[in-house]
Amino acid sequence: MNEIIGMIIIVVGVVFDTIGCIGLVRLPDVYNRLQAATKCVTLGTCGIMFGIFIMQGFNSLGIKALVCIPFIFLTAPTAAHALARGAHLFGVKLWEKSVCDKYEEDKKEM
Amino acid sequence: MKRIVLFIVAFLLWLLLTSALDWQHLSIGMGVAFLVAFLFGNIFVQQPEKCFQIKRYLWFCYYLPIFLWECIKANFDVAYRVLHPRMPIHPGIVKVRTQLKSDMAKVCLANSITMTPGTLSVDIKDEYLYIHWINVRSQDMAEATKLIVSRFERILAKIFD
Amino acid sequence: MEILILILVVLCFFCLYRVWRGLTIPDRMVAIDILAILVVGICALLAVYTKREFLIDIALAWIFLGFIGTLALAKYLSGRKFNE
Repeated sequence: MNEIIGMIIIVVGVVFDTIGCIGLVRLPDVYNRLQAATKCVTLGTCGIMFGIFIMQGFNSLGIKALVCIPFIFLTAPTAAHALARGAHLFGVKLWEKSVCDKYEEDKKEM
Repeated sequence: MKRIVLFIVAFLLWLLLTSALDWQHLSIGMGVAFLVAFLFGNIFVQQPEKCFQIKRYLWFCYYLPIFLWECIKANFDVAYRVLHPRMPIHPGIVKVRTQLKSDMAKVCLANSITMTPGTLSVDIKDEYLYIHWINVRSQDMAEATKLIVSRFERILAKIFD
Repeated sequence: MEILILILVVLCFFCLYRVWRGLTIPDRMVAIDILAILVVGICALLAVYTKREFLIDIALAWIFLGFIGTLALAKYLSGRKFNE
């Protein structure tokens, strides 16, 4: 029973990973790609880890997989935040159909 | 005081990673945790008295399901936008304002904003956050603050401030 | 299980396509960051499939390696020194 539930959660995680990677290839500029890829791949990998925990139960492999989850949730958004800030300071423009850019306006004043 | 908190956290992490309970593993873990607490005690915890208030942990347990639900909603939102053949996106960077004071609360708020539907935090300056929004609904600061930040701000203020 | 690992490997090639055809430098860095998280997933699935426990330790270490590498690259992008 645990095997089947864990397998279902792992499959859902892999599906989210797939959507994230399609977004990485398909969306038009750096910020949109970062957004789609970070959200989907983070939750997808956490799903894989949680599925492994349910399959294995409380042995050392399962507990290590469970310890991975908060670390991924803490590090992945921080890395995305650093990359977005670096890209904007590097001078990458937003997509040409973007609506507004308040950060660019404030950067000129400083 | 700061070093005691870091010692407890490091020792618990050691127990979870080794998952062995004989005296050799435990003594090595004590030694390593003591070394870590001695070296990095000053930079890990800022206000150690907050770590011993039970109320904050209860608010954290209340915050966790809300965060996970927003996270799952965000994934279906991204899936809709990516798989739609014309890609319905209107991206832009907006500016919002937060009332949180401590650094840890701001870090948690930025991480939560990154994981919620359609938003990605780009930079933080004092009390203003710059947010890349994949589908801009309002360019006004007060309106955007109400739409993005206010979901988490009230609970995070209870946890960290 | 084999099929899931194969799908994840194919997804890694999607990321490598973005590294190859990047247009700008930040695009390539985003792809490298995502590739690190995908490799963590592959390591964890391989640990269950081959029943070798040390692979999940590699996954746990790889999270931090990818994180620190991405932070260093982002610092390089924003034009500052690493030791700031």
